[in-house]
Amino acid sequence: MRTRNTRSQKPGAKSQRIRAFYWLLASGSWLLLPALLPSCKREKREFQVPPPDADVIYKLSTTDFQAGGSTTQPAGYQGFVHNNYDENAYALTQGQQLFHQFNCSGCHANGGGGMGPPLMDDKWIYGDRPEQIFATIVEGRPNGMPSWRNRIPDYEVWQITAYVRSLSGLTNPNASGNRDDHMKAQTPPASMDPQHPRQSFMPPGSESTP
Amino acid sequence: MILANAQNALAPAGPQAQSIGSLWWMFHWIFWAIWIAVVVCMFIAIFKNRTPQDHPLQPEVKPDPAGEKRVGVVISILTGITVVILFVLLISDFVVGRKLFAMSKEDNQREIKITGQQWFWTAEYEDATASNIFTTANEFHIPVGVPIKFYLTSTDVIHSFWVPELHGKKDLIPGHDTQIWLKADKPGRYDGQCAEFCGHQHAKMRFAIIAEDADTFKKWCETQRAPARQPTTNEQIRGQQVFLNTTCITCHTIGGTKAGGRVGPPLTHVGGNQTIAANSVPNDEEHLREWINNPHQFKPGVRMPMNNLPDEDLKALAAYLHSLE
Repeated sequence: MRTRNTRSQKPGAKSQRIRAFYWLLASGSWLLLPALLPSCKREKREFQVPPPDADVIYKLSTTDFQAGGSTTQPAGYQGFVHNNYDENAYALTQGQQLFHQFNCSGCHANGGGGMGPPLMDDKWIYGDRPEQIFATIVEGRPNGMPSWRNRIPDYEVWQITAYVRSLSGLTNPNASGNRDDHMKAQTPPASMDPQHPRQSFMPPGSESTP
Repeated sequence: MILANAQNALAPAGPQAQSIGSLWWMFHWIFWAIWIAVVVCMFIAIFKNRTPQDHPLQPEVKPDPAGEKRVGVVISILTGITVVILFVLLISDFVVGRKLFAMSKEDNQREIKITGQQWFWTAEYEDATASNIFTTANEFHIPVGVPIKFYLTSTDVIHSFWVPELHGKKDLIPGHDTQIWLKADKPGRYDGQCAEFCGHQHAKMRFAIIAEDADTFKKWCETQRAPARQPTTNEQIRGQQVFLNTTCITCHTIGGTKAGGRVGPPLTHVGGNQTIAANSVPNDEEHLREWINNPHQFKPGVRMPMNNLPDEDLKALAAYLHSLE
């Protein structure tokens, strides 16, 4: 009798406990919803972009030392520029579209390099920082890179800058493209390791492991 | 007002739209007749043989073979009529479909290659002589009574080409040519529209087809082929300098100058158009100025950037563009 009683009571208590567990789970998942909010930043689209003050960038020189010293902070300028577009998927795709429309591919071949240097490896002649790439685009560089100053609006240059950095995995992987329309040889920007510059002028063999 | 044209598919101005319109009217009247018949039957069912208030709750169930047979015959006849109606609609639909493509076999077709992109249209007028080919944007003139063959394609996403007064819709697929034939029977301005959602400014991705007699069309073609008019006044000369030395030159073409960008619509003869911004803003100097200064006030999200030019430069630029007839 006793065993029967305990048996008949158990399932009821158990199902109640299961119900309480599910209830907790359901209410808990509601609490987790705000965790989705940061993804809004990825999708943010700004249309009426006020013309930015680009004076800082226009005064900027690539480096105070030499071409190739890409991570050195330029003289007279405190702190690096943070390009918000590095975290914005819309800006990155706009940059990609502009990259092709303004025929950057003519020399850089979808980032793989041709007449111009490749943009998806870890070799940066004039630096990998956003402001350095921005300066390269607006100022132009020797041996063929034209100056785009006054030819492309500043915010579009920032979008192209973000896209160029995404090619070597330097932008936020949550915003970078998951696949590329062209280059299949390379891992997609969203899942590749950031290609920060190495000291490429060292003789082979003397390079320390990164 | 040019921007408020009816875009009425039931006011056909060409043979294809005529066929589509007559098919529409046939469907319209047949469906009216069916609807009225259904409503009449419904009311008969409601009011005929109403159960009286003091009727006993138990139904009387008596076999009635004659009545059942009658009901069976009526239902069979109605089903037969439905099938016949469906076949009539199917066959007339098929016949209209054949008619729409009959024009593809006509002679003396004129070929125009339309490219849709976010959010405007360009047209390349084909010609056997290569130097006679020209490109224009958003306002397309055609001769009346001549069959036109449009090749449609897109550079970014799927769009759809629709001039309700002349024809039905046809999609523009990136990397693939589709074709549509149409003819305008009478001169006039027929507004067209992108009919496949394609992004922010899909609703204002408009264009116009302007049908005119052969002579006017020939003259228009000659104007379009010519390089852009040289600036004459000091203001226009300054405007041209502004155009060639700012961001404009990166995206737009003005024939006869060094501006050869192909990202935005060509502006070689933009002054001759009645509208700007893909047939959605009237074309005058004031609107041009406001458009260049901040295109997003008319079309939020448009690909053209805001341009922070000094007032005088902006004024000169608008005057120059408006002079390009």
